[in-house]
Amino acid sequence: MSEILLQIDGREVEAKEGMTILEAARSAGIFIPTLCHHEKLDPYGACRICVVEADAGGKTSLVASCLYPVEKNLVVRTRSEKVDKTRKMILELLLAHAPDAPALQDLAKEYGADKDRFAKESLFCILCGLCVRYCTEVKKKNAIGFFDRGARREISFIPEIASKECWNCKECFPLCPTSYLQAAYHLTEALAFPRHSIKCATGK
Amino acid sequence: MPRINSPAELEEFRKDIISKRDPKRPCIAVCTGTGCLALGAAKVVAAFKEELKKQGLQRKVDIRETGCPGFCERGPLIVIHPEEICYLRVQPGDAEEIVSQTILAKKIIDRLLYVDPITGEKIVRESEIPFYKNQMRHLIGNNIKIDPKSIDDYLAVGGYSALAKALGQETPEQVVEMVKDSNLRGRGGAGFPAGKKWEFARKSPGNPKYVVVNADEGDPGAFMDRAVLEGNPFSVLEGLTIGAYAIGSHEGYFYVRQEYPLAVENVTLAIKQAEEYGFLGKNILGSGFDFTVKVHRGAGAFVCGEETSLLRSLEGKPGEPRARPPYPAVKGLWEKPTNINNVETWANVPLIVTNGPEFLTSIGTKGSKGTKIFSLVGKVNNTGLVEVPMGITLRDIIYKVGGGIPGGKKFKAVQTGGPSGGCIPEEHLDIKVDFDELKKVGAIMGSGGMIVMDEDTCMVDVARYFLNFLTGESCGKCSPCREGIRQMLKILTKISEGKGKEGDIELLEEIAEATRDASLCALGGTAPNPVLNTIRYFRDEYEAHIKEKRCPAYVCKDLISYHIDPDKCQACMICLRKCPAQAISGGKKQIHVIDQEKCTKCGTCFEVCPARFDAVRRLSGVPVPPPIPEEARMIVRESKQK
Amino acid sequence: MDNAKIDNIIDKYPSDPSSLIQVLLDIQHENRWLPEEALKRVSKKLKVPLNRIQHIITFYKAFSVVPKGRHEIHVCTGTACHVRGAPRLLNTVQDLIGIKPGETDQDLKFSLETVNCVGCCALGPVMVVDGEYHGNMAPAKSEDVLKEYE
Repeated sequence: MSEILLQIDGREVEAKEGMTILEAARSAGIFIPTLCHHEKLDPYGACRICVVEADAGGKTSLVASCLYPVEKNLVVRTRSEKVDKTRKMILELLLAHAPDAPALQDLAKEYGADKDRFAKESLFCILCGLCVRYCTEVKKKNAIGFFDRGARREISFIPEIASKECWNCKECFPLCPTSYLQAAYHLTEALAFPRHSIKCATGK
Repeated sequence: MPRINSPAELEEFRKDIISKRDPKRPCIAVCTGTGCLALGAAKVVAAFKEELKKQGLQRKVDIRETGCPGFCERGPLIVIHPEEICYLRVQPGDAEEIVSQTILAKKIIDRLLYVDPITGEKIVRESEIPFYKNQMRHLIGNNIKIDPKSIDDYLAVGGYSALAKALGQETPEQVVEMVKDSNLRGRGGAGFPAGKKWEFARKSPGNPKYVVVNADEGDPGAFMDRAVLEGNPFSVLEGLTIGAYAIGSHEGYFYVRQEYPLAVENVTLAIKQAEEYGFLGKNILGSGFDFTVKVHRGAGAFVCGEETSLLRSLEGKPGEPRARPPYPAVKGLWEKPTNINNVETWANVPLIVTNGPEFLTSIGTKGSKGTKIFSLVGKVNNTGLVEVPMGITLRDIIYKVGGGIPGGKKFKAVQTGGPSGGCIPEEHLDIKVDFDELKKVGAIMGSGGMIVMDEDTCMVDVARYFLNFLTGESCGKCSPCREGIRQMLKILTKISEGKGKEGDIELLEEIAEATRDASLCALGGTAPNPVLNTIRYFRDEYEAHIKEKRCPAYVCKDLISYHIDPDKCQACMICLRKCPAQAISGGKKQIHVIDQEKCTKCGTCFEVCPARFDAVRRLSGVPVPPPIPEEARMIVRESKQK
Repeated sequence: MDNAKIDNIIDKYPSDPSSLIQVLLDIQHENRWLPEEALKRVSKKLKVPLNRIQHIITFYKAFSVVPKGRHEIHVCTGTACHVRGAPRLLNTVQDLIGIKPGETDQDLKFSLETVNCVGCCALGPVMVVDGEYHGNMAPAKSEDVLKEYE
């Protein structure tokens, strides 16, 4: 694989073809915040916290560093007025859903995001998709999925599958930045699981 | 149906078809596009068929059910060939008179003609009606001449000669060059040079390659593609086949939104007929080139008009866009090189191949060549589809072709580009329609929706309308779009309810910036456009809503009240009876009074009060005068008897 | 909906995941809604996991997971119709039938939906009932149109 030379925050970084800006930055010890990214999963590009400024083809634009492939002579800025302003707004929008999420609170401090900028929303899921993608890509059980679209998008367990698979797994639980996942699971379990899963849980 | 195996055979076949058609033979062409069907065109066709049978003329006079010729305001519409007599607003009951008078006696029926609103002149021939005269109808001009369910009709007007030329005389690379030289820019909204896109796909490594027709046409208010697909599906199919040849693809798809059932039907039938003639399948016209096409229906998602979402939907997945790069030309359908173009873009291709790139470059401005079909709708006299050369001014489209604003109302803005676009105010009406010029004034060309608005349109409501639309159509995957639109909509809703406050406009602009810059795809990226654009040109309306709790256009329900002027009311009882909320009290000689608690602001009273009384007033930003005391409500009329 | 009918539909298309949306559209068209058993069968035959089907039937507005009424009313809320008074038409229809968009009335007679443009923009506001288009639909006229349906 050929070497590609690009510039991140004024530093020359050597990357391999096929790498994303995020991977190249990490290999050079440069930090870019992420929320929906996970090493075991395909990059998703949903939270957009990882956006960076990239100069390519005479244009400057904000791109998701977890997805954008490295190019020769690409100039990247991981922090700038625009990047910071954008991350601050995204955080404030997400904090309206999950003001108590530790990952969001840490980033909020860094970017001066105000958790009370917007009125509280009822759903405290931030739709990072880590749970859905983990179950589909790593466990290959497809016990949880997305539901609806736009402002009504949510995650939802498939009771028939979850009742058989989740009790002994729950590997997605620690991935959730807000603990909404655990809440959704227990609610589904209480309302929709067939009786035999209670047997599994209690061993009786 | 015979299989046609070479360009020479095609020309023989075509000559044969034409020779069997007597150009002098009377033919009644009835528009049966979805619009005219909604106005009863099917019954008109049935009435003609019955009348011809009654008069024993079935073998002497043809009836042709055609696609949409665009003058939707005046449907049901018929054109009688060969004289090209155009009759408008035809009803089934007119069939007898038309057959007896016009077909047999060659007399014109005046009352069915187009009347010029200024000169009063009656116009007989379709091509002379100002609505049509000021257009340049290269793409939709054939609609009234052909039955979209008949491939022979398409062949009779020269169809498939472009494919024959491309396969027989040009190499794929030469075809790509022709399209590049024509400067054809994508007609779906983004305006990317089509030839360049074709070249990327052609040069990308990988097999198989795919070509796709984007017929998702999701912009509300735009129906150009519907008319082309329903009325002349072969033109698109031919363009697609030529494109496949140029790019090196052997498999094509039409992605048609399921809300267009007639388009799905006509495209499917067109493909079947093309297969039978050998214009699709193996060894097309003896060239050795193979190509098959399938139709794929959408399932009700505006976002699937975005090319990467469309491809996911074709793959049977939810329509979530993917980041670009990589672009579909490199990694598209099933990760293979794919070229997607809009319906109108594909329809231009046969014209370029037959007539050369100059056919487009000789028309239009420096940056935008050829013609563009617009759906001219809203508050305009001649609503319908118009095809005009690039470079025409907006003023000419709205006034010369569109006939101006109805009801003597004042023009306020023209909205282009759908939910990604903007409203252009009067001060810019003289700009030339051109991809780059429209961008300069804060709008976009878009796919062609052109919605005219007058003084009765509230621009805050327009921005709120588009955001409301997008909040349900966003796929919801990325946070700047999903959350940004959600919060902007909340603020706009509050403003329209009279709950806006200082700082709201600035907050809208701040959210808009993040949504525009950080969204995953163009839906989110352009979502702020209607908001930012209406703030730019109509900030005073926003401020009236926020500071004065006043809606200047009397649209936002929470900010308006209806009041019956006691000095003008003549107690005619019309509004009292029509009020759906029974909110009006009064009697035969008793002045009517609206109970503001019960009033639902539906506006019925305002509409039904006779013009000579003009007693109902709309109020906004001012308190409603208290009702006059009961005793004062009796109307004393002068006795007619002396 | 019995398995034979479902299989008939599935067999019209290549039996791989890419046919999913087309199959579901046909089932929706024939059955007027998507019962759970049909979805499970489609999942099995096309080898598509249930979580993807769940997403698709809620993502795309052509699908309904609850039975629809005998007559489907679609009121167009596209921009051109909006500017010509579609909100008032919608309110009137809602008041007449007593349901909101997305709902079906108690007798399973009418289902009401909004649709974002049917391409008849020159005739706005437009109301489509059982595939029959009614253009230039003034709110006052809607009662007469709906009365015709049993």
